[in-house]
Amino acid sequence: MSEAKKYPAPVTNPETAAFWDAAKQGKFMIKRCTACGEAHYFPRSICPFCYSDKTVWEQASGEGTIYTWSLMRKSPTGPYAIGYVTLKEGPSVQTNFVDCDLEKLKIGQKVKVVFKPTDGAPLPFFTPA
Amino acid sequence: MTIKGKAYIAGIYEHPTRHAPDKSTAQLHAEVAKGAIEDAGISKDDVDGYFCAGDAPGGAWPMVDYLGLNTKKLRHVDSTETGGCSYIIHLGHAAEAIAAGKCSIALVTLAGKPRTGVMPPRAAGAEVDFESAYGATTHNAYGMCAMRHMHDYGTTSEQLAWIKVAASHHAQYNPHAMLKDVVTVEDVLNSPMISDPLHRMDCCVVSDGGGALIVTTPEIAKSLKKPLVRLIGHGEAMKGPRGGKDLDLTYSAGVWSGPRAFEEAGITPKDIKYASIYDSFTITVLMQLEDLGFCKKGEGGKFVADGNLISGVGKLPFNTDGGGLCSNHPVNRGGMTKILEAVRQLRGEAHPKVQVRNCDLAIAHGTGGLLGVRHAASTAILERV
Repeated sequence: MSEAKKYPAPVTNPETAAFWDAAKQGKFMIKRCTACGEAHYFPRSICPFCYSDKTVWEQASGEGTIYTWSLMRKSPTGPYAIGYVTLKEGPSVQTNFVDCDLEKLKIGQKVKVVFKPTDGAPLPFFTPA
Repeated sequence: MTIKGKAYIAGIYEHPTRHAPDKSTAQLHAEVAKGAIEDAGISKDDVDGYFCAGDAPGGAWPMVDYLGLNTKKLRHVDSTETGGCSYIIHLGHAAEAIAAGKCSIALVTLAGKPRTGVMPPRAAGAEVDFESAYGATTHNAYGMCAMRHMHDYGTTSEQLAWIKVAASHHAQYNPHAMLKDVVTVEDVLNSPMISDPLHRMDCCVVSDGGGALIVTTPEIAKSLKKPLVRLIGHGEAMKGPRGGKDLDLTYSAGVWSGPRAFEEAGITPKDIKYASIYDSFTITVLMQLEDLGFCKKGEGGKFVADGNLISGVGKLPFNTDGGGLCSNHPVNRGGMTKILEAVRQLRGEAHPKVQVRNCDLAIAHGTGGLLGVRHAASTAILERV
Protein backbone atom coordinates (compact mmCIF):
# COMPACT_ATOMS: atom_id res chain seq x y z
CA MET A 1 0.00 0.00 0.00
CA SER A 2 2.43 2.68 1.16
CA GLU A 3 5.14 1.41 -1.26
CA ALA A 4 3.29 2.89 -4.19
CA LYS A 5 2.70 6.14 -2.36
CA LYS A 6 4.49 9.22 -3.68
CA TYR A 7 6.01 11.29 -0.91
CA PRO A 8 6.79 15.00 -1.22
CA ALA A 9 10.44 15.95 -1.54
CA PRO A 10 11.79 17.91 1.44
CA VAL A 11 12.27 21.58 0.62
CA THR A 12 15.28 21.75 2.99
CA ASN A 13 16.94 24.90 4.31
CA PRO A 14 20.40 25.90 5.57
CA GLU A 15 19.58 24.77 9.12
CA THR A 16 18.58 21.23 8.10
CA ALA A 17 20.50 20.59 4.84
CA ALA A 18 23.04 18.32 6.60
CA PHE A 19 20.21 16.03 7.75
CA TRP A 20 19.03 15.51 4.18
CA ASP A 21 22.55 15.12 2.80
CA ALA A 22 23.11 12.34 5.35
CA ALA A 23 19.74 10.78 4.50
CA LYS A 24 20.98 10.38 0.92
CA GLN A 25 23.77 8.20 2.42
CA GLY A 26 21.19 6.20 4.40
CA LYS A 27 22.15 7.85 7.68
CA PHE A 28 19.52 9.02 10.19
CA MET A 29 20.81 12.05 12.04
CA ILE A 30 19.75 13.79 15.22
CA LYS A 31 21.15 16.88 16.89
CA ARG A 32 22.81 16.84 20.30
CA CYS A 33 23.69 19.83 22.44
CA THR A 34 27.25 19.67 23.76
CA ALA A 35 26.39 22.18 26.50
CA CYS A 36 23.52 20.34 28.21
CA GLY A 37 24.01 16.92 26.63
CA GLU A 38 20.40 16.58 25.43
CA ALA A 39 19.51 15.16 22.01
CA HIS A 40 16.55 16.57 20.08
CA TYR A 41 14.52 16.06 16.88
CA PHE A 42 13.70 17.61 14.41
CA PRO A 43 17.09 19.31 14.22
CA ARG A 44 17.59 22.91 15.28
CA SER A 45 20.76 25.01 15.44
CA ILE A 46 19.86 26.42 18.88
CA CYS A 47 19.21 23.80 21.57
CA PRO A 48 15.48 23.98 22.49
CA PHE A 49 16.31 22.99 26.07
CA CYS A 50 19.21 25.24 27.12
CA TYR A 51 19.46 27.70 24.21
CA SER A 52 23.11 26.94 23.61
CA ASP A 53 24.26 27.20 19.99
CA LYS A 54 26.71 24.34 20.57
CA THR A 55 24.59 21.70 18.85
CA VAL A 56 26.25 18.99 16.77
CA TRP A 57 25.06 16.35 14.32
CA GLU A 58 25.06 12.77 15.54
CA GLN A 59 24.20 9.64 13.62
CA ALA A 60 21.37 7.89 15.46
CA SER A 61 21.09 4.12 15.70
CA GLY A 62 17.78 4.30 13.85
CA GLU A 63 16.30 2.02 16.51
CA GLY A 64 13.43 2.80 18.81
CA THR A 65 10.05 1.75 20.16
CA ILE A 66 6.52 2.76 19.18
CA TYR A 67 5.19 5.42 21.60
CA THR A 68 1.77 5.57 19.93
CA TRP A 69 0.16 5.04 16.53
CA SER A 70 -3.11 5.42 14.67
CA LEU A 71 -4.16 3.67 11.50
CA MET A 72 -5.88 6.17 9.23
CA ARG A 73 -8.41 4.05 7.38
CA LYS A 74 -10.19 6.74 5.39
CA SER A 75 -7.74 8.39 3.04
CA PRO A 76 -7.82 9.08 -0.70
CA THR A 77 -4.29 7.64 -0.98
CA GLY A 78 -5.08 4.49 0.99
CA PRO A 79 -4.70 3.54 4.65
CA TYR A 80 -1.55 4.64 6.46
CA ALA A 81 -0.30 4.43 10.02
CA ILE A 82 1.05 7.54 11.69
CA GLY A 83 2.79 7.45 15.03
CA TYR A 84 5.68 8.47 17.23
CA VAL A 85 8.83 6.44 17.77
CA THR A 86 10.95 7.02 20.86
CA LEU A 87 14.51 6.65 19.64
CA LYS A 88 17.14 4.75 21.61
CA GLU A 89 18.90 8.10 21.95
CA GLY A 90 15.87 9.65 23.68
CA PRO A 91 13.88 11.95 21.40
CA SER A 92 10.48 10.90 20.07
CA VAL A 93 9.90 11.46 16.36
CA GLN A 94 6.77 11.62 14.26
CA THR A 95 6.68 9.09 11.42
CA ASN A 96 4.68 6.57 9.43
CA PHE A 97 5.03 2.83 9.84
CA VAL A 98 5.67 0.96 6.58
CA ASP A 99 6.39 -2.47 5.08
CA CYS A 100 4.33 -4.36 7.66
CA ASP A 101 0.80 -5.39 8.68
CA LEU A 102 -0.54 -2.04 9.88
CA GLU A 103 -3.30 -3.75 11.89
CA LYS A 104 -0.71 -5.43 14.12
CA LEU A 105 1.22 -2.42 15.37
CA LYS A 106 1.65 -2.26 19.15
CA ILE A 107 2.76 0.40 21.57
CA GLY A 108 6.20 -0.62 22.85
CA GLN A 109 7.05 -2.58 19.70
CA LYS A 110 10.68 -2.33 18.50
CA VAL A 111 11.14 -0.58 15.16
CA LYS A 112 13.99 0.61 12.95
CA VAL A 113 14.39 3.39 10.44
CA VAL A 114 13.98 2.81 6.71
CA PHE A 115 14.32 5.48 4.03
CA LYS A 116 11.84 5.91 1.18
CA PRO A 117 12.69 7.81 -2.01
CA THR A 118 11.20 11.12 -3.11
CA ASP A 119 12.09 13.36 -6.04
CA GLY A 120 14.62 14.93 -3.66
CA ALA A 121 16.22 13.57 -0.49
CA PRO A 122 14.76 10.32 0.90
CA LEU A 123 12.41 10.46 3.91
CA PRO A 124 12.78 8.43 7.11
CA PHE A 125 10.06 5.93 8.03
CA PHE A 126 9.97 3.11 10.55
CA THR A 127 9.28 -0.59 10.22
CA PRO A 128 9.21 -3.44 12.78
CA ALA A 129 12.77 -4.43 13.79
CA MET B 1 -3.39 43.15 37.81
CA THR B 2 -6.30 40.93 36.90
CA ILE B 3 -9.08 40.93 34.32
CA LYS B 4 -11.48 39.44 36.87
CA GLY B 5 -14.86 41.09 36.43
CA LYS B 6 -13.49 43.79 34.15
CA ALA B 7 -15.20 42.64 30.96
CA TYR B 8 -18.74 41.48 30.24
CA ILE B 9 -20.12 39.51 27.31
CA ALA B 10 -23.01 41.72 26.26
CA GLY B 11 -23.83 40.27 22.86
CA ILE B 12 -23.77 36.81 21.30
CA TYR B 13 -24.87 35.32 18.01
CA GLU B 14 -24.59 31.89 16.46
CA HIS B 15 -25.31 31.57 12.77
CA PRO B 16 -28.15 29.07 12.28
CA THR B 17 -26.70 27.82 9.00
CA ARG B 18 -24.80 24.56 8.85
CA HIS B 19 -24.35 24.61 5.06
CA ALA B 20 -23.95 27.90 3.20
CA PRO B 21 -22.96 27.35 -0.45
CA ASP B 22 -24.98 30.46 -1.33
CA LYS B 23 -23.01 32.83 0.90
CA SER B 24 -19.47 34.22 0.96
CA THR B 25 -17.19 33.74 3.96
CA ALA B 26 -16.95 37.50 4.51
CA GLN B 27 -20.73 37.69 4.32
CA LEU B 28 -21.04 35.10 7.09
CA HIS B 29 -18.67 37.22 9.22
CA ALA B 30 -20.90 40.25 8.58
CA GLU B 31 -24.05 38.30 9.42
CA VAL B 32 -22.68 37.08 12.76
CA ALA B 33 -21.28 40.55 13.56
CA LYS B 34 -24.71 42.06 12.88
CA GLY B 35 -26.35 39.38 15.00
CA ALA B 36 -24.12 39.97 18.03
CA ILE B 37 -24.37 43.77 17.73
CA GLU B 38 -28.17 43.54 17.64
CA ASP B 39 -28.22 41.06 20.51
CA ALA B 40 -26.23 43.53 22.62
CA GLY B 41 -28.43 46.43 21.54
CA ILE B 42 -25.57 48.62 20.38
CA SER B 43 -24.65 50.18 17.03
CA LYS B 44 -21.83 48.94 14.83
CA ASP B 45 -20.45 52.47 15.00
CA ASP B 46 -19.88 51.98 18.74
CA VAL B 47 -17.40 49.13 18.16
CA ASP B 48 -13.87 50.28 18.99
CA GLY B 49 -12.09 46.92 19.15
CA TYR B 50 -12.07 44.08 16.59
CA PHE B 51 -10.79 40.54 17.04
CA CYS B 52 -10.52 37.86 14.37
CA ALA B 53 -8.39 34.80 13.56
CA GLY B 54 -7.18 32.91 10.52
CA ASP B 55 -10.70 32.29 9.21
CA ALA B 56 -11.29 36.01 8.52
CA PRO B 57 -10.66 36.61 4.79
CA GLY B 58 -7.51 38.69 4.43
CA GLY B 59 -7.11 39.25 8.16
CA ALA B 60 -8.05 42.20 10.35
CA TRP B 61 -7.72 45.22 8.11
CA PRO B 62 -9.70 43.88 5.12
CA MET B 63 -12.37 42.67 7.57
CA VAL B 64 -12.59 45.99 9.42
CA ASP B 65 -13.11 47.65 6.05
CA TYR B 66 -15.56 45.06 4.71
CA LEU B 67 -17.61 45.10 7.92
CA GLY B 68 -17.88 48.89 7.70
CA LEU B 69 -16.62 49.37 11.24
CA ASN B 70 -16.18 52.95 12.37
CA THR B 71 -12.50 53.56 11.69
CA LYS B 72 -12.60 56.95 13.42
CA LYS B 73 -13.45 55.07 16.59
CA LEU B 74 -11.78 51.67 16.15
CA ARG B 75 -8.60 51.77 18.23
CA HIS B 76 -7.69 48.18 19.05
CA VAL B 77 -7.28 45.09 16.84
CA ASP B 78 -6.03 41.58 17.60
CA SER B 79 -5.73 38.76 15.08
CA THR B 80 -4.25 36.11 17.37
CA GLU B 81 -4.43 32.81 15.50
CA THR B 82 -4.46 29.67 17.62
CA GLY B 83 -6.85 27.51 15.61
CA GLY B 84 -10.09 26.46 17.24
CA CYS B 85 -9.43 28.15 20.59
CA SER B 86 -8.57 31.53 19.00
CA TYR B 87 -11.90 33.02 20.09
CA ILE B 88 -11.49 32.00 23.73
CA ILE B 89 -8.08 33.67 23.63
CA HIS B 90 -9.70 36.70 21.95
CA LEU B 91 -12.18 36.91 24.82
CA GLY B 92 -9.31 37.11 27.31
CA HIS B 93 -7.38 39.58 25.18
CA ALA B 94 -10.49 41.73 24.78
CA ALA B 95 -10.84 41.78 28.57
CA GLU B 96 -7.18 42.80 28.89
CA ALA B 97 -7.64 45.60 26.36
CA ILE B 98 -10.82 46.77 28.10
CA ALA B 99 -9.14 46.66 31.52
CA ALA B 100 -6.25 48.70 30.11
CA GLY B 101 -8.61 51.25 28.56
CA LYS B 102 -7.56 50.36 25.02
CA CYS B 103 -11.13 49.74 23.86
CA SER B 104 -14.61 49.63 25.36
CA ILE B 105 -16.73 47.60 22.95
CA ALA B 106 -14.96 44.67 21.28
CA LEU B 107 -16.36 42.58 18.45
CA VAL B 108 -15.07 39.02 17.91
CA THR B 109 -16.10 37.15 14.75
CA LEU B 110 -15.67 33.62 13.40
CA ALA B 111 -17.13 32.27 10.16
CA GLY B 112 -16.36 29.99 7.25
CA LYS B 113 -17.45 27.19 4.95
CA PRO B 114 -15.44 23.98 5.26
CA ARG B 115 -18.55 21.94 4.39
CA THR B 116 -18.94 23.80 1.10
CA GLY B 117 -15.32 23.78 0.00
CA VAL B 118 -11.71 23.21 0.87
CA MET B 119 -10.25 25.52 3.51
CA PRO B 120 -7.14 27.56 2.63
CA PRO B 121 -3.96 25.89 3.93
CA ARG B 122 -2.14 27.19 6.98
CA ALA B 123 1.38 28.56 6.48
CA ALA B 124 4.02 25.88 7.11
CA GLY B 125 6.01 25.80 10.35
CA ALA B 126 9.69 24.95 10.83
CA GLU B 127 8.71 21.28 11.20
CA VAL B 128 7.33 20.99 7.65
CA ASP B 129 10.01 18.74 6.09
CA PHE B 130 10.06 16.49 9.15
CA GLU B 131 6.32 15.97 9.48
CA SER B 132 4.17 16.94 6.51
CA ALA B 133 4.79 13.72 4.56
CA TYR B 134 3.39 11.64 7.42
CA GLY B 135 -0.14 12.89 6.91
CA ALA B 136 -1.12 14.10 10.37
CA THR B 137 -4.78 15.02 10.10
CA THR B 138 -7.16 15.88 12.88
CA HIS B 139 -8.45 12.29 12.99
CA ASN B 140 -5.15 10.47 13.37
CA ALA B 141 -3.49 13.12 15.55
CA TYR B 142 -6.31 12.70 18.09
CA GLY B 143 -6.31 8.96 17.45
CA MET B 144 -2.67 8.85 18.60
CA CYS B 145 -3.66 10.58 21.86
CA ALA B 146 -6.55 8.18 22.43
CA MET B 147 -4.35 5.15 21.69
CA ARG B 148 -1.76 6.20 24.26
CA HIS B 149 -4.40 7.24 26.83
CA MET B 150 -5.94 3.77 26.54
CA HIS B 151 -2.50 2.20 26.92
CA ASP B 152 -1.49 4.23 29.97
CA TYR B 153 -4.82 4.44 31.80
CA GLY B 154 -7.03 1.65 30.50
CA THR B 155 -9.50 4.08 28.96
CA THR B 156 -12.00 2.26 26.74
CA SER B 157 -13.94 2.98 23.55
CA GLU B 158 -17.13 2.47 25.57
CA GLN B 159 -16.14 5.27 27.92
CA LEU B 160 -15.30 7.60 25.02
CA ALA B 161 -18.65 6.74 23.45
CA TRP B 162 -20.50 8.12 26.49
CA ILE B 163 -19.28 11.59 25.51
CA LYS B 164 -21.00 11.33 22.14
CA VAL B 165 -24.08 9.83 23.79
CA ALA B 166 -24.34 12.82 26.14
CA ALA B 167 -23.91 15.30 23.27
CA SER B 168 -26.64 13.55 21.31
CA HIS B 169 -29.04 13.73 24.26
CA HIS B 170 -28.59 17.51 24.20
CA ALA B 171 -28.67 17.90 20.40
CA GLN B 172 -32.16 16.45 20.14
CA TYR B 173 -33.46 19.76 21.52
CA ASN B 174 -31.42 22.00 19.22
CA PRO B 175 -33.41 22.69 16.03
CA HIS B 176 -30.26 23.75 14.22
CA ALA B 177 -28.18 20.70 15.16
CA MET B 178 -26.85 18.66 12.24
CA LEU B 179 -27.30 15.36 14.10
CA LYS B 180 -30.46 15.30 16.22
CA ASP B 181 -30.81 11.57 16.79
CA VAL B 182 -30.06 10.25 20.26
CA VAL B 183 -27.39 7.56 19.96
CA THR B 184 -26.25 4.75 22.25
CA VAL B 185 -22.81 3.50 23.24
CA GLU B 186 -23.39 0.56 20.87
CA ASP B 187 -24.17 2.94 17.99
CA VAL B 188 -20.81 4.65 18.52
CA LEU B 189 -18.89 1.37 18.76
CA ASN B 190 -20.64 0.01 15.67
CA SER B 191 -19.86 3.08 13.56
CA PRO B 192 -16.93 2.59 11.15
CA MET B 193 -13.38 2.88 12.48
CA ILE B 194 -11.90 6.05 10.99
CA SER B 195 -8.48 6.28 12.61
CA ASP B 196 -7.78 3.78 15.39
CA PRO B 197 -9.16 3.87 18.01
CA LEU B 198 -11.62 6.58 16.94
CA HIS B 199 -14.89 5.62 15.28
CA ARG B 200 -16.89 7.89 13.03
CA MET B 201 -19.15 8.84 15.94
CA ASP B 202 -16.12 9.81 18.02
CA CYS B 203 -15.59 12.60 15.46
CA CYS B 204 -17.30 15.98 15.26
CA VAL B 205 -19.31 17.18 12.29
CA VAL B 206 -18.00 19.38 9.49
CA SER B 207 -20.17 22.46 9.13
CA ASP B 208 -20.33 25.91 7.63
CA GLY B 209 -21.39 28.77 9.85
CA GLY B 210 -19.98 31.06 12.46
CA GLY B 211 -20.54 33.10 15.58
CA ALA B 212 -19.72 36.41 17.20
CA LEU B 213 -19.34 38.10 20.58
CA ILE B 214 -19.57 41.62 21.93
CA VAL B 215 -17.30 42.15 24.93
CA THR B 216 -17.57 45.39 26.86
CA THR B 217 -17.00 47.29 30.10
CA PRO B 218 -19.08 46.67 33.25
CA GLU B 219 -20.62 50.15 32.91
CA ILE B 220 -21.73 49.70 29.31
CA ALA B 221 -22.98 46.15 29.95
CA LYS B 222 -25.12 47.41 32.83
CA SER B 223 -26.62 50.09 30.58
CA LEU B 224 -27.84 47.41 28.13
CA LYS B 225 -30.81 45.08 28.48
CA LYS B 226 -29.23 41.64 28.48
CA PRO B 227 -28.64 39.47 31.58
CA LEU B 228 -25.16 40.24 32.89
CA VAL B 229 -22.41 37.72 32.19
CA ARG B 230 -18.81 38.55 33.02
CA LEU B 231 -15.40 37.00 32.58
CA ILE B 232 -13.76 36.26 35.94
CA GLY B 233 -10.83 34.10 34.91
CA HIS B 234 -8.85 33.39 31.79
CA GLY B 235 -5.89 31.27 30.79
CA GLU B 236 -3.99 30.37 27.67
CA ALA B 237 -1.15 27.95 26.98
CA MET B 238 0.63 26.00 24.26
CA LYS B 239 2.19 22.56 24.03
CA GLY B 240 4.20 20.62 21.46
CA PRO B 241 6.74 17.82 21.22
CA ARG B 242 9.54 20.36 21.93
CA GLY B 243 12.41 18.46 20.40
CA GLY B 244 10.85 15.09 21.21
CA LYS B 245 11.90 15.07 24.89
CA ASP B 246 9.60 13.23 27.33
CA LEU B 247 6.76 13.02 24.83
CA ASP B 248 3.42 12.61 26.61
CA LEU B 249 0.30 12.81 24.48
CA THR B 250 -2.06 11.98 27.34
CA TYR B 251 -2.36 15.58 28.50
CA SER B 252 -3.00 18.89 26.77
CA ALA B 253 -2.00 22.50 27.36
CA GLY B 254 -5.22 22.70 29.37
CA VAL B 255 -3.16 21.54 32.37
CA TRP B 256 -1.68 25.05 32.32
CA SER B 257 -4.48 27.24 30.93
CA GLY B 258 -7.06 25.74 33.29
CA PRO B 259 -5.32 26.40 36.63
CA ARG B 260 -4.42 29.93 35.44
CA ALA B 261 -8.09 30.65 34.80
CA PHE B 262 -9.35 29.02 38.02
CA GLU B 263 -6.76 30.86 40.09
CA GLU B 264 -7.74 34.19 38.62
CA ALA B 265 -11.43 33.45 39.16
CA GLY B 266 -10.78 32.29 42.72
CA ILE B 267 -12.92 29.19 42.28
CA THR B 268 -12.34 25.47 41.71
CA PRO B 269 -13.76 22.98 39.20
CA LYS B 270 -16.25 21.85 41.88
CA ASP B 271 -17.93 25.26 41.67
CA ILE B 272 -18.68 24.96 37.93
CA LYS B 273 -22.35 24.35 37.09
CA TYR B 274 -21.99 24.04 33.33
CA ALA B 275 -19.02 23.18 31.10
CA SER B 276 -18.50 23.95 27.42
CA ILE B 277 -15.61 21.68 26.45
CA TYR B 278 -14.24 21.58 22.92
CA ASP B 279 -15.32 18.30 21.40
CA SER B 280 -13.51 17.95 18.11
CA PHE B 281 -13.34 14.28 19.12
CA THR B 282 -14.55 12.39 22.17
CA ILE B 283 -10.96 12.00 23.37
CA THR B 284 -10.55 15.79 23.28
CA VAL B 285 -13.27 16.14 25.91
CA LEU B 286 -11.97 13.34 28.10
CA MET B 287 -8.41 14.67 28.18
CA GLN B 288 -9.52 18.24 28.81
CA LEU B 289 -11.82 17.28 31.68
CA GLU B 290 -8.84 15.63 33.33
CA ASP B 291 -6.50 18.50 32.52
CA LEU B 292 -8.92 21.09 33.91
CA GLY B 293 -9.19 19.17 37.17
CA PHE B 294 -12.76 17.88 36.95
CA CYS B 295 -11.26 14.49 37.74
CA LYS B 296 -7.78 13.04 38.22
CA LYS B 297 -5.52 12.26 35.25
CA GLY B 298 -6.44 8.85 33.92
CA GLU B 299 -9.90 8.82 35.52
CA GLY B 300 -11.66 10.66 32.70
CA GLY B 301 -13.11 7.43 31.38
CA LYS B 302 -14.93 6.71 34.62
CA PHE B 303 -15.93 10.36 34.95
CA VAL B 304 -17.73 10.59 31.59
CA ALA B 305 -19.42 7.17 31.77
CA ASP B 306 -23.06 6.50 32.60
CA GLY B 307 -24.40 9.86 31.50
CA ASN B 308 -22.38 12.03 33.88
CA LEU B 309 -22.20 14.77 31.23
CA ILE B 310 -25.96 14.77 30.46
CA SER B 311 -27.88 17.81 31.71
CA GLY B 312 -30.37 16.84 34.40
CA VAL B 313 -28.78 13.38 34.75
CA GLY B 314 -25.09 13.74 35.53
CA LYS B 315 -22.93 15.89 37.73
CA LEU B 316 -21.35 18.00 34.97
CA PRO B 317 -23.70 19.06 32.16
CA PHE B 318 -21.58 19.76 29.09
CA ASN B 319 -22.15 21.12 25.58
CA THR B 320 -25.91 21.44 25.98
CA ASP B 321 -26.26 22.68 22.38
CA GLY B 322 -25.03 19.30 21.14
CA GLY B 323 -21.52 20.68 20.65
CA GLY B 324 -19.25 19.88 17.76
CA LEU B 325 -20.11 16.20 17.99
CA CYS B 326 -23.75 16.84 17.01
CA SER B 327 -24.66 20.50 16.41
CA ASN B 328 -21.95 22.29 14.45
CA HIS B 329 -18.25 22.97 14.15
CA PRO B 330 -18.04 26.15 12.12
CA VAL B 331 -14.77 26.48 10.19
CA ASN B 332 -13.46 23.37 12.00
CA ARG B 333 -13.01 25.67 15.00
CA GLY B 334 -15.06 24.98 18.10
CA GLY B 335 -13.96 27.74 20.47
CA MET B 336 -16.61 30.31 19.59
CA THR B 337 -19.61 28.03 19.97
CA LYS B 338 -18.24 26.93 23.36
CA ILE B 339 -18.47 30.50 24.63
CA LEU B 340 -21.90 31.04 23.06
CA GLU B 341 -23.57 28.09 24.79
CA ALA B 342 -21.91 28.97 28.11
CA VAL B 343 -23.37 32.49 27.86
CA ARG B 344 -26.81 31.07 26.98
CA GLN B 345 -26.66 28.86 30.06
CA LEU B 346 -25.67 31.77 32.30
CA ARG B 347 -28.39 33.97 30.81
CA GLY B 348 -30.96 31.20 31.24
CA GLU B 349 -31.46 31.13 27.47
CA ALA B 350 -30.52 27.49 26.83
CA HIS B 351 -33.26 25.13 25.71
CA PRO B 352 -35.53 24.44 28.72
CA LYS B 353 -34.83 20.70 28.43
CA VAL B 354 -31.11 21.25 28.93
CA GLN B 355 -31.01 24.51 30.91
CA VAL B 356 -28.97 24.01 34.09
CA ARG B 357 -30.87 25.29 37.11
CA ASN B 358 -29.36 28.24 38.93
CA CYS B 359 -26.45 28.31 36.51
CA ASP B 360 -24.17 31.00 37.88
CA LEU B 361 -20.68 29.72 37.00
CA ALA B 362 -19.62 28.19 33.69
CA ILE B 363 -16.41 27.28 31.93
CA ALA B 364 -15.66 27.52 28.21
CA HIS B 365 -12.51 25.68 27.24
CA GLY B 366 -10.96 24.80 23.92
CA THR B 367 -7.86 23.74 22.09
CA GLY B 368 -6.53 24.68 18.68
CA GLY B 369 -4.19 22.85 16.34
CA LEU B 370 -3.59 19.13 16.76
CA LEU B 371 -3.61 17.67 20.27
CA GLY B 372 -1.31 14.87 19.12
CA VAL B 373 1.21 17.19 17.50
CA ARG B 374 1.27 20.81 18.71
CA HIS B 375 -1.58 22.91 19.96
CA ALA B 376 -2.86 25.85 21.98
CA ALA B 377 -5.46 25.83 24.74
CA SER B 378 -7.56 28.50 26.35
CA THR B 379 -9.90 28.54 29.32
CA ALA B 380 -12.52 31.14 30.20
CA ILE B 381 -14.51 31.19 33.43
CA LEU B 382 -17.76 33.09 33.21
CA GLU B 383 -20.11 34.27 35.92
CA ARG B 384 -23.71 35.43 35.92
CA VAL B 385 -23.91 38.64 37.91
